[in-house]
Amino acid sequence: MTQTLELKDKMEGLLRTNRLPHVWCSGCGIGIVLNSFLRALIASETDENKVAVSCGIGCTARISGYMNIDGFHMTHGRALAFATGLKLANPALKTVAIGGDGDMIAIGGNHFIHAARRNIDMLVICVNNFNYGMTGGQAAPTTTKESCGTTAPYGSFENPFNLPFIADACGAVYVARWTAFHVRQLQLSIQEALKKKGFSFIEIFSQCTELFLRKNKYGAGLDEMKFFKQNSVIKNGADTREAEFNSRNDKIVVGKFVDRERPDFKESMDGYFGKVLKDKFIRYEGPLQTKI
Amino acid sequence: MKEKNLEDQNFSSPRGGEWIETQTQQKLKGTVAIIRERCKGCGYCIEFCPLKCLEFSKEFNGKGYHYPHIKFPEKCTGCDLCGMYCPDFAIFGKKLL
Repeated sequence: MTQTLELKDKMEGLLRTNRLPHVWCSGCGIGIVLNSFLRALIASETDENKVAVSCGIGCTARISGYMNIDGFHMTHGRALAFATGLKLANPALKTVAIGGDGDMIAIGGNHFIHAARRNIDMLVICVNNFNYGMTGGQAAPTTTKESCGTTAPYGSFENPFNLPFIADACGAVYVARWTAFHVRQLQLSIQEALKKKGFSFIEIFSQCTELFLRKNKYGAGLDEMKFFKQNSVIKNGADTREAEFNSRNDKIVVGKFVDRERPDFKESMDGYFGKVLKDKFIRYEGPLQTKI
Repeated sequence: MKEKNLEDQNFSSPRGGEWIETQTQQKLKGTVAIIRERCKGCGYCIEFCPLKCLEFSKEFNGKGYHYPHIKFPEKCTGCDLCGMYCPDFAIFGKKLL
């Protein structure tokens, strides 16, 4: 009789435990995101040999180093570019790109909009902590108005990005936003998005305890978790234009905003070339499966 | 593919990580395992425990943080919400019934 493994042992199996404790600060939300991601992998019974994670540069991108599954640490902002190539070369893989807001949206913003436009089958997890954490708390494209950063000592006056709206407008098939407080919903959302075919995007509001919160005197990590708890409104299926979070006085609109069907990149390529080239076109099914 | 975890495969007692067993009259509903050396003392498990079973211990771990310990073992249902909130993989819950 085989003994079933407990959740704890499964989690330990998916982590590189000899690297723990990890580098993230006390109370950082990235650990919660990693925790939820691993729990979602276990709960959805995804084959861990069929999952590949690509990360860029930044605090969040260190996630790939702590997971005991295939991962790649890319150059800054190119996590999505690498994931695109990986997916096209081996369509059997489930590619996941995890990065922070500076990695995905600031320097990698161009890759983001084009991956969403082409609808490449991947899951993108963006951990938004409102500043550039690793380099010392500079103001980012997601910094809320009137919040200070190292490069904005009197407060930022720029309009921040509304990430679910960008993803929706560029054509993502699954768009959701949660905060580090909504762990159970986040886990279910990742589970759902892993099964979804197409460009799935999940934004997670996280707390940068040592830089953003300390610089702005918003309190410790626990205070930010309470802020997320009190100020968030769950609106599933809401219009993504309502989801903007411009200043700290706004309500945080969370939930699953978009869930639709669109042919993904490979499907539309096969369909179009099959129609135009007919018998001359050889479908690519992976490095070992295609017979020429 | 799989990397061998050279060190802590079995968690010996100074590192923690074993399921906490308490001697009580009534049967316990659940319990937690706390891996002390991983804890960074953020306090999320203590704050978000639905039945407030946990509290900060008076002792330190190797990094100088106060790790949590279970104050009311008979209240704990093993719901694993502490495990879901832990950013450091230092606490796990388990149902016993």
